[in-house]
Amino acid sequence: MIKFEFNHLSTMQNILELTNLRKYYATQKAVDDISFSIEKGSIFGLLGPNGAGKTTLLRMITGIFYPDSGHIQFDGRTFNPIEDVLKIGYMPEERGLYKKMKIGDQVMYLAQLKGLSRQDALKQIKFWFKRLEMESWWTKKVEDLSKGMSQKLQFVTTVLHEPQLIILDEPFSGLDPLNANLIKDEIYGLAQRGSTVIFSTHRMEQVEEICDHIVLMNLGKKILDGTVGDVKQQFKENKFSIKLQELPAHTSSPAFNVIDQQANAFTVKINEGHKSNDVLQFFLQQQCTIEAFHEILPSLNDIFIHLVEGSKAKTRQFNDSMAQ
Amino acid sequence: MNKTLLVAQREFLTRVQKKTFLLSTIGLPLLIFSLYAGIIYFSVKSTDHFKVAVIDKAHLFNGSIDDKKTTELIFNFVNDDTASVQKQLDNHTYDAYLYVPAGFSISSPSDSLQLRSGKAIGLLTRETIQKRISGALEEKRLLSMNISKQQLDSARAEKDYIRFSNAAGKTNNDSKVGISYAVGMISGFLIYIILFLYGTMVMRGVMEEKVNRIAEVIVSSVRPFQLMMGKILGIGSVGLVQFVIWILLVFGLQLILPMIFPDLATQIHAQPVQPGGMGAAQAMKDSGAMDGLMSGLSDINFPLIIGCFIFYFMGGYFLYSSLFAAVGSAVNEDPQDAQSLLLPIMMPVIFALVIMTKAVNDPNSSLAVFGSLFPFTSPIVMMARIAHGIPDGVTLIQLLVSIALLVAGFLCTTWLAGKIYRTGILMYGKKVTWKEMWKWAFRKN
Repeated sequence: MIKFEFNHLSTMQNILELTNLRKYYATQKAVDDISFSIEKGSIFGLLGPNGAGKTTLLRMITGIFYPDSGHIQFDGRTFNPIEDVLKIGYMPEERGLYKKMKIGDQVMYLAQLKGLSRQDALKQIKFWFKRLEMESWWTKKVEDLSKGMSQKLQFVTTVLHEPQLIILDEPFSGLDPLNANLIKDEIYGLAQRGSTVIFSTHRMEQVEEICDHIVLMNLGKKILDGTVGDVKQQFKENKFSIKLQELPAHTSSPAFNVIDQQANAFTVKINEGHKSNDVLQFFLQQQCTIEAFHEILPSLNDIFIHLVEGSKAKTRQFNDSMAQ
Repeated sequence: MNKTLLVAQREFLTRVQKKTFLLSTIGLPLLIFSLYAGIIYFSVKSTDHFKVAVIDKAHLFNGSIDDKKTTELIFNFVNDDTASVQKQLDNHTYDAYLYVPAGFSISSPSDSLQLRSGKAIGLLTRETIQKRISGALEEKRLLSMNISKQQLDSARAEKDYIRFSNAAGKTNNDSKVGISYAVGMISGFLIYIILFLYGTMVMRGVMEEKVNRIAEVIVSSVRPFQLMMGKILGIGSVGLVQFVIWILLVFGLQLILPMIFPDLATQIHAQPVQPGGMGAAQAMKDSGAMDGLMSGLSDINFPLIIGCFIFYFMGGYFLYSSLFAAVGSAVNEDPQDAQSLLLPIMMPVIFALVIMTKAVNDPNSSLAVFGSLFPFTSPIVMMARIAHGIPDGVTLIQLLVSIALLVAGFLCTTWLAGKIYRTGILMYGKKVTWKEMWKWAFRKN
């Protein structure tokens, strides 16, 4: 497991700290000894393939499940499932709304369940409905909405009570690019206004774009923890792209190997003990004019596939001695 | 506001505001009432009567069978011969004729009388004819044995010499027993219907939340137990409101009924035979008077019965609705799955109904005592016993034990159902068995 010990900030700056969290089901370890913390105001990505244990972990953070063991610290105090859920907005992957209930009544009901008074709820609903151009929906029913529209509504019900922690499980599924961008902007906006966002997904391109910090889970265990930049640095393969104005006489150098060539553009892998400057030096010595030179960092998608594939051989089934 | 109440409020309002609620709450009793009124109207106004021609060649009856005057069964004495009466039978002047041959002797009953009818005679009419003719023959025969009419009447009155009373010396007249029977039967049956009606409503509500995938959204703000209790309370209040409206409607319509049919009461009085198997009607027939019915009604402890009815209605509802909620939470999209899971819940309810029908007749049998104490059957069975009053139907100790057991029972089922519910509502795509639900109920957290 790779761990970046960058996040040693004081407790007060972390909205959430998980320590040795465990949840075992009869036949599998859904969450197996997971610890990490989430900085206040950050956008945090919880990644993992299907069945990694993300939903179980999120259900413990939202107070739906009790952990078998471990500790959850919320905003500097031990997590209280009854009080603290009012400060959390959770949009689960399995989500829905009452189909036959009028949208206005429904949003009001959900807001009141989150502890808002009628007046506060009304103010907030008006604000969000105006902001996302949903004002005409008030007396409609959910069954009259398209999937994208109800997704937008679901998002509004999640953030209406201005939660300190917003947990979004696959928030963009079913959204067209236009609405996805709209929601993305709202997520940025909420983070800027001080909310922390946990973003659970297996869509890596969105994570790269949005998240500051990620944790990758597989088979109930944490296999990666760090900022997007740090993680990429950790998994870089010393690959560089170089574009020249003219072809060099030769490209054989002890400093690097060419792994791909497209006309005047080369992808090189720098050998152990050498630096990027050695590549530049080699081509400069050959009187080549360099048009572009940059490092190729692996995409999160590559890292994800690499790590998950790597841990595939392992299994989290109980062996006989562990079975309860 | 308390979250459980908030959930209950939503459950209540969404149901009460529906058009179907109005329809079923006001429409249904009106429909039943108009049906009931229709039946009474037609039976009272009905000109249907059964006419029997009597050819009394032996001059046995002296021109009249007995001194009863009824419109339903009329005996006409004719002097015609059988052939001409047969013709009248064919042209429907008469429905049947009774032929008493000239040689018929009251002292040699080996001969039987013949009644010929043009069409098949219904069982009830048959019974009435038989009863009246046999009665008349019996009287004739006894009179022929040198027993005076006076002696006969006094002997007949003898059955009234027996008075039933309880240990405390309080009289239990027939009509009170009959009314107790009817009240016990009706209230037990009502609770049976309530358990099913509102229990399934709770189950469907839970299934709706699960299928709509809103369950997880809600339980991220409300404890699953609060959600379940809110639902049970909300739907229970719908039931209570519905019942109050029904009761008001019934009383209201009862006041209106005599205005629509002003001569109804006198006509009911005149009705010698009330068809129908209800005990009250039977008792009324036997005692032969409304006064008996009235005194019977005044003997019934209605405040006790109504109080117990409300308690057992709520206790039974809480006990079973949480189990219905647990089943609803375990079912996925396929409502068929609910059927097999419901069976273990329906069994005791149906069992209770069977015990109840026995208990109304014999409120102190050991089966009735068991049924009225066991919390899964007591809401239905106790109503049958309590209708007979304290201590005739049930002792105070038994009633208190039954109440305590029911309270303990519903606390227990709600607690277990809450645990099943918590796991069930977030479980998708898996067919659940009772064995699994049992595991959910008893595992820690």
